[in-house]
Order: sequence, then structure tokens, then C-alpha cells
Amino acid sequence: MPIQGTVHKFGDHVDTDVIIPARYLGTTDPGELASHCMEDIDADFVKRVRPGDIIVAGRNFGCGSSREHAPIAIKAAGISVVIAATFARIFYRNALNIALPIVECSEAAESINAGDTVEVDLKGGVIRDLTTGQDFAFAPLVGAAQDLIQAGGLVELTRQRLAAR
Amino acid sequence: MTITEKLLARAADLDACRPGDFVTCKLDMVLANDITAPIAIDQFREMGATAVFDRAKVALVADHSTPTKDIKAAQLVKKMRDFAREMGIVNFYEGCHGGIEHIILPDFGLVLPGDVVIGADSHTCTYGALGAFATGVGSTDAAAAMATGECWFRVPESMRFRFSGTLRPWVTGKDLILYTIGQIGVDGARYRAMEFVGETIENLPMHERFTICNMAIEAGGKSGIIAPDDTTKAYVDQRAKRDYVMLQSDADADYAECYDWDASVLEPQVSFPHLPENARPLSAVGEVPIDQAVVGACTNGRLEDLRLAAEVLKGRTVDPNVRCIIIPGSQEIHLQATREGLVELFLEAGCVVSPPTCGPCLGGHMGILAEGERAIATTNRNFVGRMGHVTSEVYLANPAVTAASAVLGRIGGPDEL
Repeated sequence: MPIQGTVHKFGDHVDTDVIIPARYLGTTDPGELASHCMEDIDADFVKRVRPGDIIVAGRNFGCGSSREHAPIAIKAAGISVVIAATFARIFYRNALNIALPIVECSEAAESINAGDTVEVDLKGGVIRDLTTGQDFAFAPLVGAAQDLIQAGGLVELTRQRLAAR
Repeated sequence: MTITEKLLARAADLDACRPGDFVTCKLDMVLANDITAPIAIDQFREMGATAVFDRAKVALVADHSTPTKDIKAAQLVKKMRDFAREMGIVNFYEGCHGGIEHIILPDFGLVLPGDVVIGADSHTCTYGALGAFATGVGSTDAAAAMATGECWFRVPESMRFRFSGTLRPWVTGKDLILYTIGQIGVDGARYRAMEFVGETIENLPMHERFTICNMAIEAGGKSGIIAPDDTTKAYVDQRAKRDYVMLQSDADADYAECYDWDASVLEPQVSFPHLPENARPLSAVGEVPIDQAVVGACTNGRLEDLRLAAEVLKGRTVDPNVRCIIIPGSQEIHLQATREGLVELFLEAGCVVSPPTCGPCLGGHMGILAEGERAIATTNRNFVGRMGHVTSEVYLANPAVTAASAVLGRIGGPDEL
């Protein structure tokens, strides 16, 4: 079942401090974190975002702090997938670990506009911009990253491994 | 192989590995702090884990919001403390025994050359200065590692940065790393290991090597690394309570990119808002008045950093329009700084001396900026809103430039005093 939603567009180097500022790290509650997601670069994001919506961003998305609160906030805000030209490494791992789908595709990141309706087929490796009619292909995950998505995140994968010991 | 490939192969029990390989490594230390540990603890329990893999190989450090800044922070630290007690974790640090994680773990001999370490803090890459592979992860990775003692990695490509020449006065390891990030950008080393070599690096003391590796993440690096040598050995031998191995890159190791820079021509660097890559030589800074100056953080909160700031502040007074905050990186450093007279010197110069904490670096507490305010800091990040209000600004610099700026009331160097 492909993911479908409206696009919220961001630029390069969106850091985890703006995804969820440190002043809100007093909580680990996903809903509370989500209520402040992106507020320092897009004060209305939380008001606009609808369940299933999609973030499209430029290079190095999620750079900076290792705070897992960042992908947690994005996921709890209702975002179904983050598409970016590239991701910062720690954010990339964190997103996979909590089973927040992420897709690296620079062509899509460049061409898709804010407000477009976009469909993403994670297994098929296709992003479809339904507003412009453009299609974009992306490479599927490999190795340990693929194992994580198949298991539904690192908690589940580790639970299976611990149980098998 | 590079030193990074050798470290990962060794921990994965392999003869060799290459960039792009996926390897599962045995970990020598797993770290989390008061921001990241609470989520890790929830995930650890969610995984069905009931014990940590090794009580001596987990470190939990309360440093980000300590001394606890509010009830929420106190609850998070309490959760971590309770977990540490329940699990019998040996290396739990807070308050009177503690300090900033990336300063105390090396200082207490808990990370050593040859180790493979992960930490739920992006600046875990600091330990590369010891010749260890160390990288930041999130809470869930830390949770799985606490349970299993293992972590998977994609073996990174390595980049080599060679510095030659003698540094000018007031130029430090901080300036070398700010310059490096300025040259390659905040994603210039994304997913890669940054290996620092050359006579300039070999002549650097440990504290400056820590500063360099600390900021590898600010170029997107997976890790920073400096091959261990006699300087490393002298530092480690005073602290190590177990055996360690010193590895080196082979002469024919493969690098994705190599840079050769003449360090003797570099000036102190200042990184302008809002990215660490906006580095400029001090002479190109122009007139930038400041409201606050901060010396501290896992980047530059070591005793030698305080000595450098003190050398500049000695007999001088902080500008009346500037709050100058000095944050020793640990209780030990604070005590030694007191014994050496540094604390008295700072107080006489008009500085506030804080207990050890990450505090203002991440906009937590102990020096938060108001709307439109500007700080110069020895910290490692100058993102939008990093030290406070979304319109505030952070300029990154070394301790000497930060201290001089506190006296001048604007960004400037010790030579202008």
C-alpha cells in the first residue's frame, strides 16, 4: 500500500535543534514533542500538518545532535515518510530504528514542491508526484538497514535476538 | 587498511574489512546522558532486556541539564539514576563525582586506544583522539547495545587531513577543526571517518586533539581519528586500568579524499551563525559586538582550555556589557582550576564560574540568550536557536579568542588587548 500525502518542504542542513529545540527535551512523550516539531523554522508546521503528510528536504537532513526526539517528533506529528537529497548519519539510523520511513532521492528533493500531493512506494522504490505527474526512482535499503525495516524497527529486532539466545 | 578499518575489523573479529561492508562489532563502552538515556531505558525494557551486557561497560552521565534545572530534568536524571542502581552500572556519574561526558570518560580512563565505543550523544566522536573508533548514535541504538554489547556499522570511507607547519600564537586545535569544516562544509565528511595526520597534529597535546575529534560530527563525520603516539600513551598510562592497543593506518591505505594544508599560515578562526562551516579568519570578522562569552563544553572545557582563557584574562576585566561564563568540564578540573588560582582570577576579571554542565551549549540553562543577543563560545554548534532565542546568534571560537572578546566587548583576539 503506497504512502500518500501533502508535501511540506524544507531546505538544506535542517538540524535536530530546529526539528525539536532543546527547551522541549524535558519530556520523552511523543505527542508533546510533536506539538513543537519544526517550530523554530516553521511556526505553522504543526498546525498545517495532517496525518500521512510528507516532508521533502535538501541535503544533510537531521544533522547535529543525536537526539532521537527528532525523528520521534516527526513521526508523532503524523509524517509518513521523509524524502531528502541526503540524510545526516545519526538521524538516518535513528529513523530506521524507530521505523520512520526515509528515502534518499536528490532528484525528488529538488523537483517536488511544497503542497504537492505525493505517493511513495517504499517496496517498489518509486516516488510519484501526483500534482506534477513526475516519477522518481530510488534505491532500496540494503544490509542491516533492510533487516531493521523488515523487523519493524530495532526494538522488535533486538527483542527477537534476545529471545533467541 | 586505515586505522578505522582496523579498529572495526578487530572488534568484529575479522581479519579485514573494507568501506561499505556491514560489520557487527563488540563494544568496549556504551554511553548515554540525561537527555538520551531516559528514552534508551524505555526502549531497553521494551526489548525485553532485563540486564545490561556488562555492568562496567555502560556509562551513564548526567551532564546536559545538571545541576538539574527544573522538575522535568530532575525526573529524567532520577530515571537514569534509578536504572543505574537497578542494573548495578558501575560508571554512573552526576554532581560531585561527575562532569561533561566526553571530558570525564577519557579522563577517568574509561575509553582507551583500540576501543570501539558508541554513545547516545553526537559528540561521542571525541574519543577518536585516543585512537579509538567512537561514534554517536540515538537512544534506541544505545538501548540495544546496553542489552547485547554489540552494534552494527557500515564501514566508512576515510578522509585524510594532513596539517604541516608550526601554529602561530593563539592558534589551537579548535582553529584547525573550524578551518577544516569551513573548507569541506557541514556535510563534507558525511558518513566518513576523518583522519587527522601530519606534524602539526603530532605536536598537539591531547586536549587539542580531543577538540578536533569532538567536532568531526560538525562536518557530518561518522568519526574523527588521530593515530595514537607517545603523547597518547603518556595520557592513557596515567589512567588506564586495562590493556589497550595502539593501531596505525597502513602506508598504502585507501582514502576517499585527501587534503594537505599548511597550518603555519592559519589565523584563529571564528565560525559565524548559523552553521559551523561559516568559518572566517579572525582578521576578517569585522565589528561584531557581543552580549555573552562562554568558555567550556565538551569541545573546550578542559583544564588547559581554562588556563588559556586565564592567560588572556589575567589582570584584565570583562567588558561591562558582556556576561562571561566559564564552565570547567568536570569536578576534577574545577578543583584543579581552583588550586591553581584560575577560579579566583576569573572571578576577579568579572566572570561567572559555573559548575560543570553542558548547560548553555545546547540552550539548556546557565546562560540562555534573549531575543537578538549574540554570544561567542568555545562550544561546537551555532545552529538557529542553539543557545536560546530563535533570533539569537552564536559565534564559535577558541578559548583565547573567546576570552579576549569578553574583554573587548566585541569579537577580537588577544593581540588587540
